[in-house]
Amino acid sequence: MTRMAATRDGYGQALLDLADNPKVVVLEADLGKSTKSLHFRKAHPERTVSCGIGEQNMLLVGAGMAASGYIPFASTFAIFTERAFEQMRNGVARPNLAVHLCGSHGGTHTGTDGSSAQSIEDLAVFRTLPNVTVLHPCDDVSTRILTTRLAGTKSPSYMRTARNKTPVLYDDIDPDSIQIGKGIELKDGNDVAIIACGVLVSESLKAADMLMQEGINASVIDMHTLKPLDGQLVDQMVERCGAIVTAEDHNVIGGLGSAVAEHLVANKFAPLEMVGVPDRFGESGQADEMLDVMKLSAKYIVEAAKKAISRK
Amino acid sequence: MSKSIADLEEIARKCRVEIVKMVHRAQAGHPGGSLSEIDLITALYATRMRIRPEQPDWDDRDRFILSKGHASPGMYAVLAEMGFISHEDLKSYRVLGGVCQGHVDMKWCPGVDFSAGSLGMGLSFGMGCATAARLDSSERRAFVMIGDGEMQEGSVWEAAMAAAHHELGNLKVILDRNRIQNDDFCEEQMRMFDIPAKWKAFGWNVKEINGHDMTEVMEGLDFLEAPENCNGPSILIAHTIKGAGISYMENNPSFHGAAPNDEQFHQAMVELGEVEA
Repeated sequence: MTRMAATRDGYGQALLDLADNPKVVVLEADLGKSTKSLHFRKAHPERTVSCGIGEQNMLLVGAGMAASGYIPFASTFAIFTERAFEQMRNGVARPNLAVHLCGSHGGTHTGTDGSSAQSIEDLAVFRTLPNVTVLHPCDDVSTRILTTRLAGTKSPSYMRTARNKTPVLYDDIDPDSIQIGKGIELKDGNDVAIIACGVLVSESLKAADMLMQEGINASVIDMHTLKPLDGQLVDQMVERCGAIVTAEDHNVIGGLGSAVAEHLVANKFAPLEMVGVPDRFGESGQADEMLDVMKLSAKYIVEAAKKAISRK
Repeated sequence: MSKSIADLEEIARKCRVEIVKMVHRAQAGHPGGSLSEIDLITALYATRMRIRPEQPDWDDRDRFILSKGHASPGMYAVLAEMGFISHEDLKSYRVLGGVCQGHVDMKWCPGVDFSAGSLGMGLSFGMGCATAARLDSSERRAFVMIGDGEMQEGSVWEAAMAAAHHELGNLKVILDRNRIQNDDFCEEQMRMFDIPAKWKAFGWNVKEINGHDMTEVMEGLDFLEAPENCNGPSILIAHTIKGAGISYMENNPSFHGAAPNDEQFHQAMVELGEVEA
């Protein structure tokens, strides 16, 4: 039986893993119970700064602490990180202060809270900021490993985590194989490459199984780092498969699909089909229902794969 | 070496000269807010800040955050007086590749602790510096200068509430209450009613002074440093005159963000005692 877990739990675990470093501090905006920074707060209240329901302040308190030698991890819902976008832009990214921002509950998969809580544009907006690394891991194991790696970086980051549980893919993985900026090839095929992030990585694996039943052999890539994009891996997929599909629980404008498209047009080219939220807001629904409503689930990835192949 | 009131007034006068020269040379910039803040920043740097100009990134220095980062000529003039940068560097104000970027920038200018320029950000950054100092068990402080128009940014009040909640006695704000913002007088743009009462209601220690009377400025800085005011954050509300020291700029919204022409420049130099009439 596949273990199920939410990526936000991996984030919470990572903060505890990092606690031995006395310079690591955690910033909260009244959502620690949800983003899972609460475990750190319970264990290390003296190194946890409550910023109340004030995301703009939180980002810049983090900047001030980063400029004073600390390693701040700040979290809130993905949607509310956007409220502090200009703080991230002008006060964090521009002076290149290593504040690590985590937006949990990203995407329509967030579910029944409805469209006000379903960020579909966070990856796009943070990807536009110079100096900022953008991550969206697919399971709790990789989230935990990537979060701990962030503490060793010298520049800021944005990581999206998800509220709801998805299959765990990396329980037995060698941690060294999970590195910022390096995509992971989960399945090796040569007809089409499905490049996915976050909750759609497991959907892409399902899609690859469905495709295999029709005799189509797909590669599946977990592109947990959107920026910097692993362009070398994209090039390999183009050469080997000649057709690309991207899959993300995010607007088709500006996210992983756009990142891959930007790479393709400037390098080795292949037909690209983008599976993503079709430039519309979400609504209340269960996580799995939302994947269908938004045309993100495995069957839509299968359709996109066939279309990409037909365009070769 | 302690500085007399007369010494401080002379430093501030020299800084005013540099401010006007910078904006005149660049034919752009923000003289009004630089001239209103300059007596305050001069006294702060010359008599209170724990700094090492030869080692601008000294970890345990006091921080100064000019949250009204567009009023950069004032800060650059003081940094030059203190020896963080040279007077020659002041010529790079708003020039490509210059140390003196249009708005104060920590990546470009030694002695600048925060890259400001977008209003409503400095107080939060200062709170971060103060929180870090407390975690380090250091006595270093974070001084933040904000503008009055800036208080219209909601994020200022997020920070004000949070700093009081965390009882950050090492966080000290100086409000440059010059009554003019970009488009017009604050009173016309957005009335702010009882400003001292607002800060008191947010849990801050509050004192009001005349921000151009150096004796009062020193008393105000004493207030910020007084042990009895280190139980939580404190704010010095300094009543100032936008464009102070140059007659045609004083209380004139046009000189929020405009440079003097050659004739006006000459008049300013005369008024500041730099040249004969």
